[in-house]
Amino acid sequence: MPQPSPLIEMRGICKRFGAVDANRNVDLAVAPGEILGLLGENGAGKTTLMNILFGAYAPDAGEILVEGRPLRIARSGDALAAGIGMVHQHFHLAARLSVLENLLVGLPGKGGRLDRPGGLARLAEIGARYGLRLEPDRPVSALSIGEQQRLEILKALFRGARLLILDEPTAVLAPGEVEGLFEALRAMAAQGLGIVFISHKLNEVRALTHRCVVLRHGRVVGQVDDPAATSSAEMAQLMCGREIVPPLRPPAAPGGPVLELAGVATSAHAGMRLRDVSISVRAGEIVGVAGVSGNGQRALADVVSGMLTPDAGTLTIAGTRIQRFSPRAVQAQGLGRIPEDRMTTGLVAGLPLADSMVLPRIGTPAFSRAGLLDRAAILAFVEEQIAAFDIRCPGPMARAGSLSGGNLQKALLARELAFNPRVLIAAQPTRGLDIGAARFVHDKLLELRAKGCGLLVIGEDLEELLILCDRIAVIYEGRIAGVLEAAEATIARLGLLMSGAGGHA
Amino acid sequence: MLRLEARSSTPAWFNLALPLGAVAATLISCSGLIALARANPLAAYGVMLSSSLGDLYGLTETLTRAAPMIFTGLAVAVAFRAKFWNIGAEGQLMAGAVASCAVGAIPMPGAVAMPAMAVAGAAAGAAVALVPALLRVRLKVDDVVTSLLLNSIVAYALTALIEGPWKDPMGGYPISPPIEETAYFPILIAGTRLHLGVLAALVAAPAIWFLISRTTLGFAIRVTGENAGAARYGGIRVERVLLAAAILSGGLAGLAGVGEVGGVRYQVMSDLSPGFGYSGIVIAMLARLNPLGVVPAAIFLAAVMTGAEAMSRATGVPVFLGDVIQGMALLSMLVALLFTGYRIRRTASP
Repeated sequence: MPQPSPLIEMRGICKRFGAVDANRNVDLAVAPGEILGLLGENGAGKTTLMNILFGAYAPDAGEILVEGRPLRIARSGDALAAGIGMVHQHFHLAARLSVLENLLVGLPGKGGRLDRPGGLARLAEIGARYGLRLEPDRPVSALSIGEQQRLEILKALFRGARLLILDEPTAVLAPGEVEGLFEALRAMAAQGLGIVFISHKLNEVRALTHRCVVLRHGRVVGQVDDPAATSSAEMAQLMCGREIVPPLRPPAAPGGPVLELAGVATSAHAGMRLRDVSISVRAGEIVGVAGVSGNGQRALADVVSGMLTPDAGTLTIAGTRIQRFSPRAVQAQGLGRIPEDRMTTGLVAGLPLADSMVLPRIGTPAFSRAGLLDRAAILAFVEEQIAAFDIRCPGPMARAGSLSGGNLQKALLARELAFNPRVLIAAQPTRGLDIGAARFVHDKLLELRAKGCGLLVIGEDLEELLILCDRIAVIYEGRIAGVLEAAEATIARLGLLMSGAGGHA
Repeated sequence: MLRLEARSSTPAWFNLALPLGAVAATLISCSGLIALARANPLAAYGVMLSSSLGDLYGLTETLTRAAPMIFTGLAVAVAFRAKFWNIGAEGQLMAGAVASCAVGAIPMPGAVAMPAMAVAGAAAGAAVALVPALLRVRLKVDDVVTSLLLNSIVAYALTALIEGPWKDPMGGYPISPPIEETAYFPILIAGTRLHLGVLAALVAAPAIWFLISRTTLGFAIRVTGENAGAARYGGIRVERVLLAAAILSGGLAGLAGVGEVGGVRYQVMSDLSPGFGYSGIVIAMLARLNPLGVVPAAIFLAAVMTGAEAMSRATGVPVFLGDVIQGMALLSMLVALLFTGYRIRRTASP
């Protein structure tokens, strides 16, 4: 598209954190009406750059121009006043307040009170312009994730944002909600707003953006002028600096069953109860569990991980029926576990990485004796795994929370794979990872399969499941709605089962 | 213009620099109060320092005073590591004092009496600490509120005891009967009050450090405190760990009471502790919950307390300045802890 004078221009931005160059001499411009994709692996410097633009960090060098005038950012309110709005991955909303109250918080009111009539008028005007509508009096706690995101966008527009930064906005959305977001963003761009869209999902970037800038190691390494006409593989190569092809899955040679759920039922857990779930995983095969988030995946993962005791049914691991459900009990039968949420259940962010890597097996002779930690063995184990999995970190004593998502996932894989599991359950094993890191995880899972381990992979990304799985079970409202062999599974058939429409599959 | 910016890592030298900076900020800000009391701040601090640490007598007095605060500081550090918010060290100390005094009043050889007093005192402190811990684990009751309010319950129960059934028949005051002389803790340096309990406190600090950093129980306490969800997923029985931390914490606070009864007062009265339990919170925060850091932090506060009396006599500044310094030290340390997560950046003013 033609390049009118830029709405925002960043010139020569540099930012260091300790020894790390997060941004090196980055130039970036966004024109009015332009949707700019910002691509890069985890740790490439995208979020730092946008935080500088939004005023959360001060750059070490470089300048920011808004419509040709230099922008001085002394506090984060200054970026807002200059028309720069940001929608973070994690929302900043007051759950007990209504939609309108959230919009009016922090704005000058009338005579010490919220300007409700003015707010309603503005909300209606913005709604009409961009097709973004929300009922003003609904409490935020009653909104879906997609609606909360819409409210975050409305908040930015309410404050007169002319440039909107969205940091991985689709990561939290269900497939149906993504298209709605894209329509709204296109409408905003058509009205002359500038949009910066950060995402790992290349098909989305190709569908939405007008132009892409690619960051690697803090530098701009390339630009894609026509994303729709550029293949995902080309973009991935720019991002990673090497070619990324999907892994090959050799034909399965399954052995006997290593994980069997029979008639498992639970009470409500994370909003959904399991009803008569039976799944069997054989040695040397990967079974996927597909489904729209919230259909019982969490309860399923927690039962298999020993965190939740079912009300009925049995769990058998490697021929042994689990009587008392606990993480130690399932681990003792050779089950490895990759949790859905790395930061809240997988790792202890505030403690050294080493602690997280030995946590599930700290009481075993591998790491302690008679209640005393074997520090030498722990350090040797962690150092070995850091080398084997190429975990990028300053060392075993680095705070786990300082590692990138990809490296944390490697650490979690390492801590389970080191004990040669006979069965592995992995929930959302590549959520939030960039292409390179996701490919690493895929390779490791397929490697395990080749070694004769049985895997149960719970996922939302159907393309990923189709690459990895020999069979895919679809979970819908706590039941298994159907199981498809790899050969007969297509996105369309899975989608039908996921929507609850295909009870006869 | 100054502003705060998130920090990605915390340098190691902060562990030393933060408490020292907090202490310096405390002394500087309190010098204004000394000046208001028409004294020279430098001279006042000089008297404080020389009287508390400058000679053998001052030093032993300071150490004797530090001993119960080392125990309460350790008690709070252990509890806070597990995120069991034990604000009740004061009440646990009193419970420990009562139990050890009751045991020490039974005639028996000193070698039997002293360990028996320690066990009884630790058990009583642990029992009191278990109340808020069980309420939290079983019923999800806020442990800050329950552990804090238990302090008043224990204090009034003690008053009821020594005003009534347990009042020393020989004394006119509300004081418990004394312990047997054979149970008096030995004095380590003749002519001073430095008793065996002080040595026990100095040994307890490295022992607790070892427990926290080198044992599986300490590992479980650290992990549970930092992220109970990950601990549970990792197979740690979080509820049991919280109860274990409560027993340990209450036991240590109880030992503070044992030392005061066996080594200093030889009986129980309602002013046995001038707030040693609450000082433990200040000390644990100054030490950044590191058991080894508890010793210098406790000695600092003890020096302020003993020094404040001499300073008051020499310069006429009210003795309550000692309490002000203690409060300021906690506030300064809480502010200083901000710098573990943030750095200050200077930006061009608009």
